[in-house]
Amino acid sequence: MLASLLRIVALTRKELLAVLKDRRARMSLLIPPILQCLLFGYAATYDLSHIPYAVLDRSHSTASQDLLARFDGTRLFERVANLSTQRQVRDSIDDRRALLAIEIPADFARRLQAGGADLQIIADGRNSNTAGTALGYAQSVVDDFNSDWRADHGQAGPPVMVAARAWYNPNLVTRWNMIPGLIGTLTMIQTLMLTAMSVAREREQGTFDQLLVTPFRPAEIMAGKALPSMLVGIIQATGVLLVAQVWFRIPFQGSFLTLYAGLTLFVLAAVGVGLVVSALCQTMQQAMLFSFILIMPFALLSGLTTPISNMPLSLQYFTFINPLRYAIDITQRVYLEGAGAGVLMPDLWPLAAIAAATLAAASWLFKRL
Amino acid sequence: MRLQGTLRPKLRRILALVRKETRQMVRDPATIAVGIVLPVILILLFGFGLSLDVRNVPLAVVMEDSSAPAGNLLAAFTLSSYFNPQVVYSPQAAERLMMEGRVDGILTIPSDFARRYGAGNARVQLVVHGSDANRARIIESYVDGAVGAWSARQSADEGTSAGNGPVGVQSRLWFNSANDSHYFLVPGLVVLVMTLIGAFLTAMVVAREWERGTFEALFVTPVRSGEILLGKTVPYFGLGVLGLLLCIVAAKFLFRVPIVGSLAVLVAGSMLYVLVALGVGLLISSYFKNQLVASQLTMLATFMPALMLSGFLFDLRSMPAVIRALTYLLPARYYVALLQTTFLAGDIWPVILPNAAALAVMLGLLGYASRAVTHKRLG
Amino acid sequence: MAIPVVVGKDLRKVFRAPGNGGEVRALDGVSIEVRAGELTALVGPDGAGKTTLIRLMAGLFTADAGTLTVLGIDPAAQPQRVQDRIGYMPQKFGLYEDLSVQENLDLYADLHGVGAEERSRRYPQLMQMTDLGRFTGRLAGRLSGGMKQKLGLACTLVRSPELLLLDEPTVGVDPLSRRELWAIVEHLVREQGLTVLTSTSYLDEAERAARVLVLHEGRALAQSEPAAVTRIATGRSVVLDPNAGESARSLQARLLDDPEVIDAVPDGGLVRLVRTGEPATGRDRDMIAGLEATPVEPRFEDGFMVLLRGAAAHEAGVDIQLQRPLAPSVEGSVVEVHDLVKTFGDFTAVNHVSFEVRRGEIFGLLGPNGAGKTTTFRMLCGLSPPTAGILRIAGLDVSGAGAAARARLGYVAQKFSLYGALTVAENLEFFASAYGLRGAQRRERIDWALRQFDLERHARTASGELPGGFKQRLAMGAALLHEPDILFLDEPTSGADPLARRAFWRRITALAEQGVTVIVTTHFMQEAEYCDHIAIMDGGRVLARGSPAQIRRLGRARDGREVSMEDAFIAVVETARAREGAARA
Repeated sequence: MLASLLRIVALTRKELLAVLKDRRARMSLLIPPILQCLLFGYAATYDLSHIPYAVLDRSHSTASQDLLARFDGTRLFERVANLSTQRQVRDSIDDRRALLAIEIPADFARRLQAGGADLQIIADGRNSNTAGTALGYAQSVVDDFNSDWRADHGQAGPPVMVAARAWYNPNLVTRWNMIPGLIGTLTMIQTLMLTAMSVAREREQGTFDQLLVTPFRPAEIMAGKALPSMLVGIIQATGVLLVAQVWFRIPFQGSFLTLYAGLTLFVLAAVGVGLVVSALCQTMQQAMLFSFILIMPFALLSGLTTPISNMPLSLQYFTFINPLRYAIDITQRVYLEGAGAGVLMPDLWPLAAIAAATLAAASWLFKRL
Repeated sequence: MRLQGTLRPKLRRILALVRKETRQMVRDPATIAVGIVLPVILILLFGFGLSLDVRNVPLAVVMEDSSAPAGNLLAAFTLSSYFNPQVVYSPQAAERLMMEGRVDGILTIPSDFARRYGAGNARVQLVVHGSDANRARIIESYVDGAVGAWSARQSADEGTSAGNGPVGVQSRLWFNSANDSHYFLVPGLVVLVMTLIGAFLTAMVVAREWERGTFEALFVTPVRSGEILLGKTVPYFGLGVLGLLLCIVAAKFLFRVPIVGSLAVLVAGSMLYVLVALGVGLLISSYFKNQLVASQLTMLATFMPALMLSGFLFDLRSMPAVIRALTYLLPARYYVALLQTTFLAGDIWPVILPNAAALAVMLGLLGYASRAVTHKRLG
Repeated sequence: MAIPVVVGKDLRKVFRAPGNGGEVRALDGVSIEVRAGELTALVGPDGAGKTTLIRLMAGLFTADAGTLTVLGIDPAAQPQRVQDRIGYMPQKFGLYEDLSVQENLDLYADLHGVGAEERSRRYPQLMQMTDLGRFTGRLAGRLSGGMKQKLGLACTLVRSPELLLLDEPTVGVDPLSRRELWAIVEHLVREQGLTVLTSTSYLDEAERAARVLVLHEGRALAQSEPAAVTRIATGRSVVLDPNAGESARSLQARLLDDPEVIDAVPDGGLVRLVRTGEPATGRDRDMIAGLEATPVEPRFEDGFMVLLRGAAAHEAGVDIQLQRPLAPSVEGSVVEVHDLVKTFGDFTAVNHVSFEVRRGEIFGLLGPNGAGKTTTFRMLCGLSPPTAGILRIAGLDVSGAGAAARARLGYVAQKFSLYGALTVAENLEFFASAYGLRGAQRRERIDWALRQFDLERHARTASGELPGGFKQRLAMGAALLHEPDILFLDEPTSGADPLARRAFWRRITALAEQGVTVIVTTHFMQEAEYCDHIAIMDGGRVLARGSPAQIRRLGRARDGREVSMEDAFIAVVETARAREGAARA
């Protein structure tokens, strides 16, 4: 027993030494996840700004100017054109010079006084998500105009108003849920690929044979490869976490202990998958391709970009074996909601199950080959 | 006669190389994996797995008032295809549902709803789960819209004129009246598949030939380095076109995305992009000569940016200036603009021409660079 | 008068070494002349500069200094013109493994612009020459080593080049195929007046060329007809008969340190020596080390060794001393193999192989690439489970008590397989832990290894950056840390220069004398002489077993020369294949 442990420790030490000595490996340890976190943290946002819009104002009244001034007054909209014909409206949208085109009819001011005027807003639906968000912003501007108008003119408000607020992310900043989600995603990509390639690399370089000739048992080799990978994975997750906290300043609500407990379980599961891949692949190229083929569905169907509830049932079932799905849920909930271990049970035990299953499978496969 | 003399052997050599490359391509499992299996997986994932549409939102409705107007309002939500309301009778029950993730929002109709509605200033409360901000925002605006529409209908029925405010918004969504996120996700899918085949596969293949050492014997023959480049490009270009056709067929018949523009423009633009992607892949692998490094670098330099920074998913205008500037260097950005327009809007030349021109310029630069980097030398 | 096809003067080429940033002088002032219609051979060990020189001629590198013209053209300035007219077969000839034999040929024919009519003439000739006619549809990746090289040669000959460059075309190939390849080349030179430059590390091949250029570490040691090289050793070659009770290899090992001796090899139970200087008149003339010295005709190898010795330093005193005497774990047979079988799908790699090895023996597994030696080896080391058969190491069943059996053996792979990124010391420490060594014992053993293999001053160097011979020493040290009964060495001497090979065998001899059992695989047939027993394998079967003397008796003499181990191998293989053919008929 002791001998076994000592061997595992020796292998772990060797792996860590090899990683730390290779300059390229050292750099690819922390730099890619951090860079990617920064890049995607900034790029991956559904929040809009600099929304270009064009105006066809047939009214030219004070009222219409007022309304338009509000649009210009927000930091979100940028007026790019004042149009005079319908044709121009069409062109401005077609040519993508404007995302929204606002048409104010000639009788706008008169109808406003009479109690009900209408605006036409045309949105470029080539990206319907963006268009919908822009329309939502436009609606808020109009709503503000409306309530001020009513206040000024002593009118009653609308019969029903919706008072809305959001849990955990009061300003509904996309980044706040994207980046905690990235902690899991970036870690998984790196950890899975690295683990998958580690055995393949040894096979290609011939060092694996040398290892197998010694008294090492297959399970010990697996443990000796899993531990360093886990350590590296946790370090990378920490790197991304730091970027989230220090650079993006997203406030952390939960307990670090819970977060790391969940992350450790997750990294274990990712390493398990990586080990299964590495047991099956003979060359590094195969390992890379295989892991890539796995990472894509894992990343796309994890709930990060698309909510799981939107997916068809069969794919939702698939996400049950996707460790990333649970990791994203855990990190987002601990980070934004301060969730405790009890609430997270439905995420924790599947991760443990996946880890156990993959490690067992890898162990069996190692022995066979 | 002289030209004929050098042209025939040249063509024969190029054809021989193309033939060899095609045979290798077809017989190599890695190529099949990247060239066919991955695109199919992507198509399935994007088509069926991804969706940014907000429909059937599970909503907890806390009915603190059981009056007629409240029930009426609830009915409006029940009938709407956007919502899947679940009635609960206590705030705690609703909160529990939301914490467990079973609902995405809580609509509370307070006990004084009917009374205040009669007075013209009713309020309902909406709480959304902020962990998916995008979805939350859309849910907010949908609830707003639903409530507004309901109260407008009520006013019309009752003959009163109280509306939602003097100014109402009539919005139209051009090019995507169905408001189906597939319409923009699927063109994005095409970009990814083309990038995969064009850049990633090519990078792998050329680096592999360096590693296997087959270039050495090839160099000491009458073949020119330009011919070697062509021999590598043509078959993978062919594979790219095949991939494109696969995507178009899937888009039109599987996902019912309309193709409003002309097919010719679509195919021509795609060919341009595939060539650019091929150029990037060739360049990276000619320089690095190591399969692992070449493929990882290509992944980082082409695929990830195509996903994140090309504009098909995340709006480019909303990114910080630095990143926005970066996207001007990405061929994928121009291709996405071209695709979205051609698929959904039609042959809009003021969009198509500048983007195609940008791609053409990149192609020229890459061609020049590849030639410069490819020598028939070992060291 | 033969016209020079290639003229090189004072060529220099320097490469940057990876890692420590030093320089490697691949060519250090080499001049060469290749004449038309002749076969010229470049001889020298790995790293001598043969490949670099050939690549310079092919226009794949440019020299740093010196002049070179090929067919009157400067390959550095106009490589394409040269490449249009010559044929070139690189060392690991990159055949397109996914393409069939016919497709590979057609590709090269197309690239060289060979028309359909000429093809219809050439192809039958090539097929007959290489005996590949039956395999035109087979994928190149599925051919045996010898067949691949023949195909590679055929691809360069789709048209008659004005110069043919071959870079080690026969390395690792079975002796039969080697002979056939040479027959093809010689036929082309004789019948078609082809000019051929080939490089080789097989000295017997060099002897058959019209001219040789001997290279060592980037310098030319001689350029002349082979006979002139042989003549260098005139009067210096003698043969000694060891006393009863001492084996040839022990005597040879002792004699290597003798100041009078330039080179010594065991040869047919005797020891063949090359002496320094003119044989002194007087009593010493007929006696060396108390034994009678019988003069013999010099061989090419003798002359070669004299040249080499002049250029390189001699590694003195490389005997290994075990730290303590080996405690025998079992008497009698240390390795037992009965009816071993290994199949991969429907391909049988090892077909009912049986042999035994006794304690303290050096056992050699001989055969060409693809014979099944490596597969057998891997099964013996526990790397691969046998499909059938019994395998016992030190009395333990390898499949059953795997880990215990592996603790009794040490393994050195053909390619350096320790961790290149780790230092020498770190590697030793890791393997010490892997074998369960702890505390004081561990420290002792590591120090022993560092001392015995002269690695102390390299202890902090990354093992990937060690100079060549040191890598192997480290590998051997790591394999001996746990004082194993048996040492397995897989092709330990491929490509190494003769001096390094001699030093290596001295170490092995010393180990065997101290009771370590050594099992070696090699495709250098003449190294069988160092072994106590050998087994010859081909096509997965053991064709012959016995002492080197017994095996040699199976051979047939060629051209009136002494029967060599190669001749024996060829005789054995041909007999076996004839028998198989008859059985099938």
